[in-house]
Amino acid sequence: MDGAVALGTFLQHLINGLTLGAIYGLIAIGYTMVYGIIRMINFAHGEIYMVGAFVAVTAFTLLAVLGITAVPLALVIVLLVAILFTAAYGWTVERIAYRPLRGAPKLAPLISAIGMSILLQNYVMLTQGARPKPLPPVLTGGITLWQGEGFSLGITYIQLFIILLTVALMTGFTLLITRTALGRAQRACEQDRTMAGLLGINVDRTISMTFVMGASLAAVAGVLVTMYYGVIDFYIGFLAGMKAFTAAVLGGIGSLPGAMLGGLLIGLIEAFFTGYVSGAYKDVAAFSILILVLVLRPTGLLGRPDIEKV
Amino acid sequence: MSLLTLKGVRTNYGPIEALRGVDVEVNQGEIVTLIGANGAGKSTLLMTICGQPRPSAGTITYEGRVINDLPPHETAKLGIAQVPEGRRIFPRMTVFENLQLGATLADPQHFETDLAYCLDLFPILKQRRDQRAGTLSGGEQQMLAISRALMGRPRLLLLDEPSLGLAPLIIRRIFDVIADLNRTRGMTILLVEQNAYHALKLAHRAYVLQQGLVVMQGGGKELLANPEVRAAYLEGGAH
Repeated sequence: MDGAVALGTFLQHLINGLTLGAIYGLIAIGYTMVYGIIRMINFAHGEIYMVGAFVAVTAFTLLAVLGITAVPLALVIVLLVAILFTAAYGWTVERIAYRPLRGAPKLAPLISAIGMSILLQNYVMLTQGARPKPLPPVLTGGITLWQGEGFSLGITYIQLFIILLTVALMTGFTLLITRTALGRAQRACEQDRTMAGLLGINVDRTISMTFVMGASLAAVAGVLVTMYYGVIDFYIGFLAGMKAFTAAVLGGIGSLPGAMLGGLLIGLIEAFFTGYVSGAYKDVAAFSILILVLVLRPTGLLGRPDIEKV
Repeated sequence: MSLLTLKGVRTNYGPIEALRGVDVEVNQGEIVTLIGANGAGKSTLLMTICGQPRPSAGTITYEGRVINDLPPHETAKLGIAQVPEGRRIFPRMTVFENLQLGATLADPQHFETDLAYCLDLFPILKQRRDQRAGTLSGGEQQMLAISRALMGRPRLLLLDEPSLGLAPLIIRRIFDVIADLNRTRGMTILLVEQNAYHALKLAHRAYVLQQGLVVMQGGGKELLANPEVRAAYLEGGAH
């Protein structure tokens, strides 16, 4: 029977890890896309995700006040509102903090990003308060997959929702990048911005759209994490941002499938480390991975070295 | 009728003045060529026309409109296409995607016709259609770069050293295509070349650029016969 317990526990960690990984993956896409197009790490991206989470709490609370309690309807409204607001933040950050520095030495936008990150954190702390914000459970219950002696394996509806929504979004997003004119324009700007401009692509607008897309996915991650943990504060963007960044580097920064894979791996590593070693040191595990990747394989798992045949 | 006029155009890269007051005129339906040594400012001239970098002085007039301050995506809208130095195809996209990008501003209704036209012009691209453009040979990349520009149905085609580094047979093919575009489609062409012999033979008119200044101009055949031009750009050069 011990074998069954061990397997059940393993599978439970796997489900938890997949859920976490989905959230990291959604945030990591924003890092990787922005890096791809302007070769810059948007250190304010974690804060964009945090803003998404706050919009979610506010929206859920408002909907409850308005008496809209049907869960599917509330979810759709909250997701749309969060995407809308958070995308506006993402767009604005690029417009005021990065675009004026285009063509400046690489360090300038990086410092600007760190500044934006601190600004957003303090802005949310001032307007929303520094205390953690709780959210009553929106989706409760779950499915028991396996009931054994002394253990049970289950997946909650929230976990299921997070995993399914993430898979759907990543599929849609991949199609957007590979099949549409906008995705093609983005890839063109990634490879040769000057040439893209010569062909009539509005490079600035394409970069703006990249920030809007990254922020939209981060907003979804913010909504999901709010529902999953039920409590947020103005500081959650920092750690989540760092881990998603780690995920993007692990997968190979600039690579879209890399960000998805990296997010998944970081989520799994964290869940298994928590389960089998220690929950208190799970962040150590994630960042040790970052260091190892940077030392052993700087281009990441799916990244390609920046050497091109010309 | 003048399609493009440059008057006293100056362009700086930081403290370096790459163009020092250039006057060039391109008439509707002409092939005009710019010849000159490395670093004479030929590529800068083409890029300045497209709006990147912008000129620091002088005026660029296209179809009667001053276009000095237009960014590249706006000059592209006016029907100016460039086949830039080094081809600059998108290496990690397929040949087909590169051509789609060339048609960014074109009427989608023309896409199939224009695609067929380009693939007919350079049949090798048909075989390479779904291949990553970075895997093409230099000649094939040049054909792709030209086709990509044609997909936008330009009225003014700027070509920057299309023969550079290519085998003689391919060079001949490319110059044939240029002549043909001009003859059958009436396309106006501004051609920058180091391969002065071919360029001058093809061009209606030509300019010689030296250290950011026009030092000589005239008919293509006329310059081809000019002893100074022969000494500087032809004798011992590649032809």
